[in-house]
Parts: sequence; structure tokens; C-alpha cells
Amino acid sequence: MSDMNLTLKVWRQKNNQSKGSLETYKILASEHMSFLEMLDVLNEQLIQEKKEPLAFEHDCREWICGACSMVINGQPHGPQRGTTTCQLHMRQFKDGDTIVVEPFRAKAFPVIKDLVVDRSAFDRIIQSGGFISVNTGQAVDGNSIPIDKDTASAAFDAATCIGCGACVAACPNASAMLFTSAKVSHLNQLPQGKLEAKQRVLNMVSQMDEEGFGLCSNVTACEAECPKEISVENIARMNREYIGASLTSDKFV
Amino acid sequence: MGFEGKVPQGDLATKWVNYRGSMPLVAPNNKRRLDVIVVGTGLAGAAAAATLGELGYNVKCFTFHDSPRRAHSIAAQGGINAAKNYQNDGDSVYRLFYDTVKGGDYRSREANVHRLAEVSVEIIDQAVAQGVPFAREYGGLLANRSFGGVQVSRTFYARGQTGQQLLIGAYQALSRQISRGSVKMYNRHEMLDLVKIDGKARGIIARNLLTGELERHAAHCVILATGGYGNVFYLSTNAMGSNVSAGWRVVKRGAYFANPCYTQIHPTCIPQSGEYQSKLTLMSESLRNDGRVWVPKTKEDAIAIREGKKTGLDIPEEARDYYLERRYPAFGNLVPRDVASRAAKIACDEGNGIVPTGKGVFLDFSSAVQRYGKSQAFSKGLKNPDAKTITELGTKVVEEKYGNLFEMYEKITGENPYVMPMKIYPAVHYTMGGLWVDYHLETNIPGLFCLGEANFSDHGANRLGASALMQGLADGYFVIPYTVGTFLSKEIRTPKFDPDGPEFMQAEADVSNRLQNLLDIQGNQSVESFHRRLGKIMWEYCGMARNEEGLIKARKMIRELREEFYKDVFIPGTQEEFNSELEKAARVADFLELGELFAVDALDRKESCGGHFREEYQTEEGEARRRDDEYAYVAAWEWTDTDQDPTLHKEELEFKDIELKTRSYK
Repeated sequence: MSDMNLTLKVWRQKNNQSKGSLETYKILASEHMSFLEMLDVLNEQLIQEKKEPLAFEHDCREWICGACSMVINGQPHGPQRGTTTCQLHMRQFKDGDTIVVEPFRAKAFPVIKDLVVDRSAFDRIIQSGGFISVNTGQAVDGNSIPIDKDTASAAFDAATCIGCGACVAACPNASAMLFTSAKVSHLNQLPQGKLEAKQRVLNMVSQMDEEGFGLCSNVTACEAECPKEISVENIARMNREYIGASLTSDKFV
Repeated sequence: MGFEGKVPQGDLATKWVNYRGSMPLVAPNNKRRLDVIVVGTGLAGAAAAATLGELGYNVKCFTFHDSPRRAHSIAAQGGINAAKNYQNDGDSVYRLFYDTVKGGDYRSREANVHRLAEVSVEIIDQAVAQGVPFAREYGGLLANRSFGGVQVSRTFYARGQTGQQLLIGAYQALSRQISRGSVKMYNRHEMLDLVKIDGKARGIIARNLLTGELERHAAHCVILATGGYGNVFYLSTNAMGSNVSAGWRVVKRGAYFANPCYTQIHPTCIPQSGEYQSKLTLMSESLRNDGRVWVPKTKEDAIAIREGKKTGLDIPEEARDYYLERRYPAFGNLVPRDVASRAAKIACDEGNGIVPTGKGVFLDFSSAVQRYGKSQAFSKGLKNPDAKTITELGTKVVEEKYGNLFEMYEKITGENPYVMPMKIYPAVHYTMGGLWVDYHLETNIPGLFCLGEANFSDHGANRLGASALMQGLADGYFVIPYTVGTFLSKEIRTPKFDPDGPEFMQAEADVSNRLQNLLDIQGNQSVESFHRRLGKIMWEYCGMARNEEGLIKARKMIRELREEFYKDVFIPGTQEEFNSELEKAARVADFLELGELFAVDALDRKESCGGHFREEYQTEEGEARRRDDEYAYVAAWEWTDTDQDPTLHKEELEFKDIELKTRSYK
């Protein structure tokens, strides 16, 4: 096992009222550690020195819960493509490296403490229409709604979004178009979701704007940084649906 | 306090139908006046909160996560069982019921399991209607696969992300109710105590994790769906935040905890690589459909691999021991989880492990690659394809089936599993034990219900693959919405409870004191270091094989560790702020008590069944020896005072429709 000596420059911020700054730490890591395990070691070190440990979000550590959220050397979730921070391993770095770690930054994601930000805006976007209106017990037999394999597969590709917010952090406009369009694409492509398709896209886009996310200017950094590699084609689909719905819907948002 | 299963009368197959037809109802105008608290937003909690909101109750829902979508149900990979018999291969409600009872080694409650099998079919319909993108055949209909040691294909799946897709379905249903105001959602809130009034559950104390403020929430009943306690082992496949605290706090208020020693050790996880590790990663059980498990036949080869002088590829076919195929010819690599895990332990204990720690075996896909490659070549009409073509074609099939898992494996280990055989070892994955509940999913505290992994009821001593998602959603969507009505129908005249009442104020003061006492210790060791030490004790003495001497020792060691914790733990910061260390400390304090109860329960159960293997009780061939005459009971433990021995309450299990047999996978 090869050890590596690293210099970390980590964003520390007491709470959302106070001003934050980058603090420097030295750490000895192993190439087999995940990035979060390396931060665990840092925290153990800080606690031994009776200092306050670094606050960061994490939970499943299996690339699926979407809790981890940090910008590593300028990239959300770090340098490896298609990866969340919890799956990023230290073998991606070199002995002697300096690593800068910051929170996801966006007006709609205010910093709570250190690397922890408030992503509840995403929940509110889903609440505005990211569902199919079916009560428990109302469903017909599963096989009475055949769906061709390609459609199901395309819906699935969009549905793999883990709601981490890397797309927002990657975007120079802090736009949430990839996140919102992934949900619109998941549901609007399926026959079950068609009935509410127009209202869904209008409501979700409107909520997205209200939360203070920026506009999309086709930079496509979101796709590059998305740990689930969700395609920007979803944004194009949402735009088409949005324009169509705006012109034809008889309901006002 | 009441302690009876409350299983309805009548034939097994009609109990649930009759129950639904005769239970008291709550009228819509009364539902509006009744408050329900749901703690947890995994499959069971989100499904329950959404459904109760749809029905018209006032629901308050709590999660310690920043969003309900992050609950650990999201990480379930393999699939969800349902007795749809879409494949026409002989499945039925009875067969799913039978497999589940047998798989659980005859330690679950028959009537609950039958109900689970009945409602399993409705879950699939519901999920499809919500837009869950299950795998489909070319004809557009739902696909199934065989999973986890059963002989029919009844598992529905969504690539390797079934839990994620089902949870997002439930989360969306919950979001819809939040937007309508029927559910009020409290993110980043952790339940730290239960409030009882006149013996009934009437509210909770929750800590706002952002501000540290304690809040008092009242309701007519409380539903816990707070997951399993596998993290008592420190290293497990559970999420870092998964904990037993909500469950343990209600135990301290008088609820019984059932069968804590039934733990599922999952056979296919990535082996531990170092001391710094705090979490293990599961590789889906579905991999055993195509992977063959082996270790070298000789210790010399094993040592050479451990030292890096050889790799798995250097060991010729005849020098490999495919020990599952050898020991269990009928089921081979597909034996249930408990059997596969124990076999891996035996192989490694004999000195044939293949990772530096000695604790690892191979899971090899080369045979599957060849098989699929040949079949692809044939269907493409290639005559005499060369070895390279076959390997390429076969690899492609394996990639299609398991691509995301192989990718994750490579990220974690840095090794390419398409070339090098995977290295795996068992890890703690799921806990079958949990709060004792009756047929209504109500604990022995009236008005306190418990759903999903947090309760004990459906999996007995061992859970079959793809049954956890089924149970969580069954409880949340289709059971609790009915059974909670039986309780609430008697509460329609009960006015709302005052959260400023004396019981609430007292409970809040208790919580605040408890947290302050932890903070005041100001010792020298981190919370994490205590948790890690607890895990080591649990794994060593309460893991895949247990014996009396070890369990007695474990109990003593846990008590000593707990004492040390209360003298020397260091928690920085204060109560009145975002303080992750304080959150962890309160959870570890509860694990330090649960761990002891775990050992006590394992000591009491002088038999081997499912996930509980007592070395004193095994057959000559080393298989588990169950003792139905004496141990066919649920062990429900009462533990309100840590200084006293816990009290055992036994619920005898009756099997009227199933004959108890020895499980054999040979």
C-alpha cells in the first residue's frame, strides 16, 4: 500500500451568517482510501487535537444516495467522470498534491456549514409536479400497460438522477435544467405520465425559476460532471415539451 | 402491557381478506381530525406517509436526512419479489409464502408472511402506475429473474438500482402529498424520544439538526419506519447514518425488541482493505447467478495470492475448489445468503482466503463469459469462432447484465473484474430482528407502530433476496393504512394533544439532559473510535459463528466499553448548533446498549437457525441444527433499565399450514 502526503485546502464556514475561508491541513493518506475516508482521517486528526471536525454530507457511500456534495479542485465530485465523491479514490491523486475542497456553490444552495449546503430547492421542484397522480390502490395490473423496451430504457436513463446537485454546481449560471429535465424526461416519456405531461413541465420549470436557479446557456458542463452521466438531450426534450405546453395548454401556471 | 400476536381467526388464506372486510373504519371527516407521526422516509416510511396523507389523515413525517429521497432503501440493488406468476413457471401466493417461511428457517409468524405474499402483487401494480421503470421484455411486458435461492422467476428489477427506483416512486408519491399539505415534512430532524400519555404513544421529541433545537410533536399515534441496526457492527453495508436510536428510545419507554441476534451477513461484499474503512460495499446477489465462487485447493496457492506472487488467473482449473458447488450440488452458487456466507468463512478459516487479510474468496465470471460468448456466436451464425471472439461476445453480455456493478467494483478496488476474478467476502447487510409487533404492526405500546426493516415480523431468522423491498412497501402501502384504522377508529373523540403538556415537557428535559451529559464528558477518545471497537467485538463474537464462551465474553466487553465511553468520549461543540459528532455520539450510545442485548439474545437461543449459527448446535456435516421443540418462539426482550438483566417474553410460533423441515440445499 503506498502512502501519500497531501496538502488540503478546505472551505471552513461556521454557519450561513458567517464568512468562510480556506484552511490548510496536512494529511497522510493511502491510495486505497476513498476521498471521504481520507476526510474521515482528517476529522479523527482534528478531534484528537480537540478542534472542530469538518462538516460534510455523506451517507450510503455507494454512489447512489446523492448526499455527498463537494467541489474538488474546481470540479463537483472531483476529477473522475461518472463518479460521486464517495466513489472517488485517492489513487486518482499523486503524492505531494495540493487538493482544494469547497462546497457546491449556487444562490439556490445556501451554505449551512463548511461543505454542507441546503438543497431543499430540489425537493420543492419535485413537489411542484415531479410525480404521477395515482393514489395507493388505484393501479391496474402492471402488465396491462405494455411499454416498449427502448422507451422504458430511455425513461430509466433519466430516472437514475440521484439529486446530488453537481449539475448546478458545475454550471456557470447555476442552472438546474439537467436535474429538472431528467425528471420531466423520466415521467413524460412513459404512458403513465402522459396525461399530466404539459402541466408537469410548466409547473416544474416555473418552480425552478422561483428557486433562483439560473438559465441554461448550453455550456453542458452539467453532463460532464453528472455522476450518473445524465445526458443534456433531456434538456432539449424539456425545452421542446415546455414550448409545446406553453402554446397549447389551456391552464395558466 | 398487551403481548399477543392478534392474528385474526380463520383460514390462513382468508385471514387478511376477512380482516379488511370486518375492521372498523374511520370516516373522512374524522380522518381530518386525526394526527399521525411517521418517522423515516425509506420505502416503508415514505409509502406509509404518502398513503395516509392520501387517505386524509394529518401526517407529520420526519427524516434525519436533508431530503426524504436519501433513505438507505435507495441502495438496494437486486430486485423485488411478487407472486405474479407472469412467467407461468408455477409461482403462486402460497409458494412465495412457503419459500419465505422456509427461507426464514421457520422463525417468522405465518399469518404475517402470508399477508406479505398476498399484497406483493399489488405493489408491482402500484409501482408501475407511479412510473417506476422496471426491466421489460421486447414485447413491452415486465421482465423477471430468479433470485436468491428460489426456483421460480418472481423478481422484478430495474437494472441494479431497484431500490433507488422504488424509493423515488414512493418519494414522488410523498412529494405529491407534501405539495397538497396533507403531509408536513420535517427534513433534518432526528427523533430522540417517544412521548407516552396514559400508556399510549402520543408524540415524539425531535432535534432539529440544523439549529440543535429540541421540538415537541404530538399526534394520535406514532409510526416508526426507521430501518435496521446493522451498524452495531460498525462495518456493514448500511449507510453511515443508519442507526437504531428511534427504535432503542422506544425500547427504553417499554417497547419490546424481538430477535436482535438474527443478522444477515451478505456473502458478496467487497473485502475490507484497511483500518480507516468505515463502510463496506455490497455487490448484488444477482452476481451469483453467473459468478462461481472459489478458493485455491492448497494453502500454498492461497498464500502466494495473498502475497501478490500469483493471481487468480495463475491457478489452473483443477487446483480450484468451487466449494459451494462441491458442498451443495443442488443449489450450487445460488444457496441462500446465510449458507453462502458461512461457507466463505469456513474456507477462509481453513487458510485458503485470497486477500492480504486472509478474508476473501473469488467470484469468477470466466465460465459465464465463455457460455454467453458461445451462445452469442451461435446465434450470430459464426462457425468455429476463435477464443478471442467468444470472450469478447461473452464479456459484452456480462457487461449488459452487471455493467454498473462491475464499474463500481473497479472504482473501489482499482482492479478490472472482466479480467481478474472479483474478490468478495461476507459483510453485515440486514437485520431481521427489530421491534416486536403484532399482526397490526403495532408494538406492545398501544398507538406505536413499526414498519419495514425496523420490525421483526416477516423474515424469521434469515431473509431471502429481493424480499426487503417487498416487505417495506407492503407494510407502508398496503398494511398500515388498514391496520392503523383499527387503532384510530377508537380515537375519533380524542382531542388533539397539547405539545406543551407535562409529559412532553418532561420528555424534552430528559433528552436535553442526556445530550448535555454526553457533551460534558469531555474525554479524550472520538465517538468513531468507540463505534469501531464495538464493531470489532460484535464481529468477533456475534458474527457468522457464535458460541457460549464468546457471547459471555462479548457481553462483558461491551459493558466495559460502554463504561469507558461514558468516561472518556470527546464531543466538540454544543447542543445548540449543527453538530454531527453529537448526533453520532447519541447513536453510538444506543448501539452500546443494543449490542449487549444482541449478545444476551444469541446466548439464550441455544440452536442454530438462519443468520444465527451457534457452533455448539451443528450437524456432523457442519450444517445448522435447529431445535424446534424448544426454540420455535419469538424472543421479545424488555429492557428499560440498563443496570438490570433484560426480561424475556416468548411468543410461541404456531405453524398450522406448513410442516417444519430441515432446510437442505444439497
